[in-house]
Amino acid sequence: MAVVERQFQTPSAEAWHRQNLIRPVEAKPVIELDHIHKSYTMGDVEVHALRGVSLTIREGEFVAIMGASGSGKSTTMNIIGCLDRPTRGNYILDGEDVSELSKDERADIRSQKVGFVFQGFNLLSRTSAIENVELPMLYANIDSHERQKRAQEALAAVGLLGREQSHPNQLSGGQQQRVAIARALVNRPALILADEPTGNLDSRTSIEVMEIFQRLNREQGITLVLVTHEPDIAEYAQRVVVFKDGRIKKDYRIEKQRDAAEELRNLPPVDADDEDE
Amino acid sequence: MNLLAIIRIAYRALARNKMRAALTMLGVIIGVAAVIAMVSIGQGASASVQAQISNMGTNLLFVSAGAQNVGGVRSGTGDNGTNTLTEDDLMAIRREVPSVSMISPMVNSRSQLVVGNQNWNTSIQGVSEQLPDIRKWTVASGEFFTESDVRSATRVIVLGQTVVDNLFNGMDPVGQSVRVMDLPFRVVGVLGRKGQDPQGRDQDDIAFAPYTTVQKKLLGTTRIQVAYVSAVSADATYTAQVQVTDLLRQRHKLSGNQPDDFTVRNMSDIAEAANETNSIMTWLLGSIAGVSLLVGGIGIMNIMLVSVTERTREIGIRLAIGARSSAVKKQFLIESIVLSLTGGTIGILLGIAASLAIPMMLGWPTLVSTTAIVGSVIFSAAVGIFFGYYPARKAAALDPIEALRYE
Repeated sequence: MAVVERQFQTPSAEAWHRQNLIRPVEAKPVIELDHIHKSYTMGDVEVHALRGVSLTIREGEFVAIMGASGSGKSTTMNIIGCLDRPTRGNYILDGEDVSELSKDERADIRSQKVGFVFQGFNLLSRTSAIENVELPMLYANIDSHERQKRAQEALAAVGLLGREQSHPNQLSGGQQQRVAIARALVNRPALILADEPTGNLDSRTSIEVMEIFQRLNREQGITLVLVTHEPDIAEYAQRVVVFKDGRIKKDYRIEKQRDAAEELRNLPPVDADDEDE
Repeated sequence: MNLLAIIRIAYRALARNKMRAALTMLGVIIGVAAVIAMVSIGQGASASVQAQISNMGTNLLFVSAGAQNVGGVRSGTGDNGTNTLTEDDLMAIRREVPSVSMISPMVNSRSQLVVGNQNWNTSIQGVSEQLPDIRKWTVASGEFFTESDVRSATRVIVLGQTVVDNLFNGMDPVGQSVRVMDLPFRVVGVLGRKGQDPQGRDQDDIAFAPYTTVQKKLLGTTRIQVAYVSAVSADATYTAQVQVTDLLRQRHKLSGNQPDDFTVRNMSDIAEAANETNSIMTWLLGSIAGVSLLVGGIGIMNIMLVSVTERTREIGIRLAIGARSSAVKKQFLIESIVLSLTGGTIGILLGIAASLAIPMMLGWPTLVSTTAIVGSVIFSAAVGIFFGYYPARKAAALDPIEALRYE
């Protein structure tokens, strides 16, 4: 851990700039959703998943999206992540209109601008941690030397130095999620999308994962969008957007953001055999 | 997305499940090995027939008495059979046909050969002194009988190796006496070993005596059934065939539309017939083996389809983190090509090994065919592309959201 912390005490000039001068008020928008509609036909029935969603998320923000299942939060998430296209409305991601892009163009956008973290970790099985982290770079045509270097750095950033060769089945859930976070980071995306990242984790490991997100957000200025249905997890974000019936019901700033690092310090130490770190 | 990176991705994916990759390849391995082994057996048989024939000499003609078919009635070969080929005919051919260099009648008899308390039943052929040159048969010890032996019908005999092995127990037979039908024959020479003919008959189980001796002393006849005629060169074979036919027709006083009462055949007719049989066999064996290669290809498609379904989530992950669907398609296509080509390569090695082992184990001649090897490589790559395309397209068409949700 000591090694990792030292790395983050010297953030890049760009990150320092973002952190100290622009944030939080009028940073440039990363996500601009303008009256987004999305409808599916399921059999004969037309389902309106989104009914006019407008949302702006600025650079360096940490936003939690909440809502019951069927509220449209997952659909919004898929559209924000360029996995899906809106039926109507405009979506500008990092200054680029992506609402009308083709399948391949969206694949390229995902490769360059979006990092995904999923509830089920979604690592490739029988594949080492470092190869999992390298995967997005393979599709982004980054040469092998650079791939190795960046994968190492990303694993270090999530505190997994020394576990490069471990396979997912040799890692705990928390460690697997950290590999997934490293994978999301590695192409230096404009935005990281986390879909229920703590859904499969116990409460302590959840806090550990949230600590990593907060650290990446504060120290590297990474824009984070977190989908969750747990209110206490949402409190680690700076801003909460609540969906209901395909519309935004509430959008508010958290008065007192929870600090995962501090909470971890106050937790009793884990038993040695709980998690091998 | 460059191809090299996709090839690496495909290799890694295959390496994750080595057992399944090996089993998938098995079909192609067996198919390719079978094609190569089968074709090499066919080619080996063909080559050995060719070798036998060229060993006999491509300038060889067979003249036999009687037509194969006269007026719809097949001529018999018994005692009352045709008597249309005479010694005078042969003498005339030797004298008058310039494209014929050598000639030897072949008067067949079969009898018991007796030496001391040993005896052996073999074929005794009455031939002329030119037979060793016509049949390209060497004399291992002693010498062949001479023209004067033929003229005076001397009781001399030249033995094949098998006869020697069975009668003389390692003794030198040259100069010894052999009794045939209670008549003593002097052994003047022993022939070199020839081995089996393409039909598997032992060519060394034979003895040669002057045809005059066989006719007068053993058979009591003057008839000649068959004669070997050797043309001056391989190119002159056809001319010789025509000239011999013309001469015999003239001597037998056959007019324009009367059919021949004799038959002249050349070795290339016989070689052609033998080759045709062999090439039919080769094709038959090769295509049966080809079917197993096809089944191997279907095996690849089957596993690739299972693999696409089983790896739906993996495909979803790849698409989500920025793989274009074309990259996914190429990955699966390359996986199946790698499977079929690797299988093909192993199959080639196995096939060549089998082709080398078959002559030792079964005694069949084989000849590894380059065409079969090149053909199998191309075919197995084609199998990979053809049977890999559909599963690959299926993988590429997946929707990342659905694929990620797949359990």
